Amino acid sequence: MERIEAIKTIVESLKIELVICNIGFPSRELYQVKDSSTNFYMLGSMGMASSIGLGLAMAQKRKVVVFDGDGSVLMNLGSLVTIYNQKPENLILVVLDNECYGSTGSQCTYASTVDLSKVADAVGFQEKFFFSDDIDFQPVLNAEGPVFVHVKVKPGNADVPVIPMKPDEIKERFIKEVQEK
Amino acid sequence: MESSQAVYEALKEVGINFIVSLPCVNLGKVMELVECDPEIIHVPVTREEEGFGICAGAYLGGKKPAILMQNSGLGNSVNVLASLYELYHLPILMVMSHRGTEGEFMNAQVPMGKATPRVLEALEIPYYNPKTPEDAFEVIKNAWNQAQSNGTPVGILLDISYW
Repeated sequence: MERIEAIKTIVESLKIELVICNIGFPSRELYQVKDSSTNFYMLGSMGMASSIGLGLAMAQKRKVVVFDGDGSVLMNLGSLVTIYNQKPENLILVVLDNECYGSTGSQCTYASTVDLSKVADAVGFQEKFFFSDDIDFQPVLNAEGPVFVHVKVKPGNADVPVIPMKPDEIKERFIKEVQEK
Repeated sequence: MESSQAVYEALKEVGINFIVSLPCVNLGKVMELVECDPEIIHVPVTREEEGFGICAGAYLGGKKPAILMQNSGLGNSVNVLASLYELYHLPILMVMSHRGTEGEFMNAQVPMGKATPRVLEALEIPYYNPKTPEDAFEVIKNAWNQAQSNGTPVGILLDISYW
């Protein structure tokens, strides 16, 4: 499965959930597949997706879906420990694992030799899902968080343009969506 | 006013209701006060950079965030401060125990202690250095207002002699 297909399948099953999307091509692919005021696109701060998602989940009641990557999870592994300890019921962490740093030229990550599902298991996550072919996201949405979703995808990026929104626009639209509904 | 109490009271006064922390021996009492406060969500974190990410999400969700940290953690957080906070104009109050200042008993703290103000300057983060609890109370209150109105992190450096 291509990463953009995985993103498409997941966002098609979302309604009012809030989305934090990782820096680089994942955000560009999400923007292309389905732009929405419920999306927050990261343009920098690699590694911070799961942390931003945790803070957002703890600050309000709506469900939060984070699109993270293998390289960026490895950059902030401590975040898994904090998420586990804080136990946000409304947080779903999706790791789109292509075993490489896709936005910088597909250099390998250690996710090819270290199984990130096992890492989540060792940390203590109770709700875990693994997908490699088809994704059925409804059971994920029904599970009580924090939920760890490991999705194996092919390396490579879709041919999609950069996001035309400015950082302030992304932020202000998202805050309005979160705080006025 | 007692030094830790002054910091805590100022955080309360401006309505800070979401705090992440990594310990410093000098911040111990502030952390206890925060932990016991039911109006504040307190999240101990594994690394300062992670804490800044969490606070950014909490701000998007409507909270008023602060971080309690040792100045050494500033070094762990340079990229998140630039490419998340500066880029999106996000506010946060950074309450930092400034080790390596006058009276420091550990030589190892001195290099990062010296670098700290210049790292803040390089990031164009405004910071203050209150010397007494009365001073800290006023400065911290104003600092949050500055952070919120300008969409920027604001640093409070608390020297060893402050405590």
